[in-house]
Amino acid sequence: MPANNFEYYLLMPYIVIGVGIVLSVVLEISTKKSKELLPWFSALLFFGTAIYSIFNVDQGLVLFSGMLEVGGKSAIFNTIFNFGAALIVLASIDFMKKYEADFGEYYILIQSSVLGMMIMASARDIFMIFMGLELMSICFYVLAGINRKKSSANEASLKYFLLGAFATGFIVYGIALIYGTTGSTSIQNLVENFVGYSSNILFVLGMILFFVGFSFKVAAVPFHMWVPDVYQGSATTVTGLMSTVGKAAAFSVFIIMLGAVVTYGAPNFFKSYFAVISALSMVVGSVIAISQDNLKRMLAYSSVSHAGYMIIGLAAGNKYSIAGIIFYLAAYAFMNIGAFSVISVIEGKDDSRTGIKSYAGLQSKSPFLAAMISLFMFALAGIPPLAGFFGKYYVFFGAIQANLTWLAIVGVLSSVISVYFYIRVVVYAYFKNSEEDFEIESSVGTYAAIIISAAFILILGFFPDMLLGIITSAIK
Amino acid sequence: MINSEILTYLLLTPIISSVLVLFFKNEQVKLIRWFGIASSLLAFVISLVAYSQFDQTNPLFQLIHQAVWIKSLNVSYFVGVDGISMLLILLTTFLTPLTLLSTWKAIEKNVKMFTFSMLFLEAGMLGVFMALDVFLFYIFWEAMLIPMYFIIGIWGGERRIYASIKFFIFTMFGSLLMLVAIIWLAVYSSSVTGFFTTNLIDLYKVGPTVPHQVQAWMFGAFFLSFAIKVPLFPLHTWLPDAHVEAPTAGSVILAGVLLKMGTYGLVRFCLPLFPQSAVAYAPAISVLAVIGIIYGALVSMVQTDMKKLVAYSSVSHLGFVVLGIFAMTIESVQGAVIQMINHGLSTGALFLLVGVAYERTHRRDIAFYGGIAKLVPIYSTFLMIAMLSSVGLPGLNGFIGEFLILLGSYKSATLGSTWFTVFAASGVIFAAVYLLWMYQRVVFGKVTNHELEHELTDMNKREILILVPIFVFVLWIGIYPNTFLKMTELSVQTVLQQVSAYSVNILK
Repeated sequence: MPANNFEYYLLMPYIVIGVGIVLSVVLEISTKKSKELLPWFSALLFFGTAIYSIFNVDQGLVLFSGMLEVGGKSAIFNTIFNFGAALIVLASIDFMKKYEADFGEYYILIQSSVLGMMIMASARDIFMIFMGLELMSICFYVLAGINRKKSSANEASLKYFLLGAFATGFIVYGIALIYGTTGSTSIQNLVENFVGYSSNILFVLGMILFFVGFSFKVAAVPFHMWVPDVYQGSATTVTGLMSTVGKAAAFSVFIIMLGAVVTYGAPNFFKSYFAVISALSMVVGSVIAISQDNLKRMLAYSSVSHAGYMIIGLAAGNKYSIAGIIFYLAAYAFMNIGAFSVISVIEGKDDSRTGIKSYAGLQSKSPFLAAMISLFMFALAGIPPLAGFFGKYYVFFGAIQANLTWLAIVGVLSSVISVYFYIRVVVYAYFKNSEEDFEIESSVGTYAAIIISAAFILILGFFPDMLLGIITSAIK
Repeated sequence: MINSEILTYLLLTPIISSVLVLFFKNEQVKLIRWFGIASSLLAFVISLVAYSQFDQTNPLFQLIHQAVWIKSLNVSYFVGVDGISMLLILLTTFLTPLTLLSTWKAIEKNVKMFTFSMLFLEAGMLGVFMALDVFLFYIFWEAMLIPMYFIIGIWGGERRIYASIKFFIFTMFGSLLMLVAIIWLAVYSSSVTGFFTTNLIDLYKVGPTVPHQVQAWMFGAFFLSFAIKVPLFPLHTWLPDAHVEAPTAGSVILAGVLLKMGTYGLVRFCLPLFPQSAVAYAPAISVLAVIGIIYGALVSMVQTDMKKLVAYSSVSHLGFVVLGIFAMTIESVQGAVIQMINHGLSTGALFLLVGVAYERTHRRDIAFYGGIAKLVPIYSTFLMIAMLSSVGLPGLNGFIGEFLILLGSYKSATLGSTWFTVFAASGVIFAAVYLLWMYQRVVFGKVTNHELEHELTDMNKREILILVPIFVFVLWIGIYPNTFLKMTELSVQTVLQQVSAYSVNILK
């Protein structure tokens, strides 16, 4: 048990979110006004935790007899999760009314999923990872189908659940093999004796199965089949949550499991595995995205290719590339949440107006939204000096340092392909004339989320060292 | 090195004013136009101040301003100029107010965003020319794509969407490979000097030490990016599309400044960073340049659209510049630099004049015109000056550049053959053919088309005001080029000394 105040300080984010969930449940039961209160309460909770966490990155502690690592790298991830969730909550307030799923449970589920992510990112034991993963995933399954009257959402939810359960099977099998060969589920033990264990083929197999399961969660090719349908079918804000912070959580596990490689410079036995799935994800994701006319589906494939860029960092496996991944995840959270927030404003009832045609002439309907979606698209395409560029830059930097120049070249070539579909949105918003008439209902919460995302894309673009400095001090 | 902030002020002027433009109301069209012109004029004045502080007798980079930017990667905000970049900066700040003035009638849709894009573009171009950190250079190089993309895409012609996407993707393709090379160089420099660096002055020492095998790839990545921008045959296919679809102002800036960024990159990065590879591949590249000269000229000859004709003539003219650079003699590189300026002035003027006629008749096909000399005497005279300067008539600017390039390439040691010069010289003759022929069909003879009589009016004061300053420089360079050659002489010498220090002795 934590013994002194200092440990409580570092544990505070987990306590706050945990207590927050309980309070939210009580609030939901006890008052009719919970619908109005819960979103703001959740946003406050998330923003508070995010800001609190970022001040704890330079101190790390392992608590609960080697189960949980608080502060340090987990603090950085907690910031990303909470900040992302806060923006999603802001964007949800008006959207969920439009989506006819304005339930208090929605916010409680988001809180629980964030707690799951936080546990994943701070785990020092494989079972903790698994527990966090399930907590997050089950919340996501429900969130995907939050409106039970929509058949597309139901389909998305069921698909996600079935394929997610399948992936979990891989992970459990991997854990079984790892435990079977090492006799321990402690990650500390795994990291320290990594090189020794690696001579055992069953251990390597176990790790690979484990990584396959998580490759599924980050939507890497060839484990990406669920992504387009689930991203398109789920509520737009839920997609925003899954594709950004959900992905970040899965990456945090990769980074933890590769601890031996990253921290102690052990040989990266999984280099070729990561290199191959990364190259596949980048190219396949970018190429398929070209032909997508639905913006949510397009962003789903773009999310596949972005997973590929981040996995480059895992293949490289040095400190630069890991810092790059974390930077990339933060940047990606802002870019994608921003983009999905704009989509959620444009979107009409019953999944209408998610096609790219609805963006034609957006500039005359709402100059603000047109400028914002263009900014997010340019950032996703990696145009400097926006945040997305530096994400890619750092990852490529790590790759070239690890003699993976070919992977960086595949990366830049698929970026060129991806430019086409990103700027296509800009083409519609600015260069084409409006085809359909509809009113854009502005929403305070969503616009706030958009503005905050845009601001951070610019800040991280002009002063990338601010965040990178924090990350570097966290992963020391 | 003394820190001077003048270049930073120059860079900030268009940036700040582009942001300020956003605070105007959409309806305040006149005010926005005046504001755009005023702030670009202010930038011109600041660039003149910078020029007055510039010391021609100093071969090193001057007016340097350096500040830490991204500490972890050792990237700094590092700007400075030598003679070559000073001249190109002056060209940029000189052309921008003139193009803004030229849009008075042509751009009526969304003037606010247009002015924003133009000022943003100016900042990007200035940044490219003054950046002395490869990473910073890359940022400007890419960032300036966005405003140009909007200028073609929003205010362009019928096929503007196709042209803008093609422009964007072509440029992006080259520059991303350059990015990989930049990162590779930074990582390599850490293995040589012990720290990452993208500082150009440091990299000048590191680049030539890269093992030859790898250096060829690095050179290739940089070269591809610049060759697309120039554009060098056979990578030129985006250019006619972009030029034809872009509005007049876009074409002027594209031809006047954007293409120069490619040739500037060759002089600033390709040659001094990878001298061995540059010398090794110089003959092959010069073959492409010469093919470009002749091909561009021949294709121009058969064009029926005036704007397309001028666009293809750019391929030909820029071929001269590339030939001059890779001939690597003082005369040829000097000629190449002066030819960059010439092309900016004369092709810019030609695009402006095509635009003037287009604004009145909305036609650009040569066949539509004929015998306009009697209808619009001032216009015809102006067109003649611009055309003759582009042809390379002695006494006007084009002659100086082409002559120096041909002279230099004739005795070039890196090319090792006079055939390059022989073929390139034929391009000069072809240029006379296609331009004079066009001029004859458009201007002389009887008025073939009676629509012209009431549609085509002569140039107004505003249009004359735009072109006269350009012609002043056309004459100035033609008659007394020393003003400009002196400026670049030492800088060119420094580049070539760097090449010959690591490679065969090319300076005799």
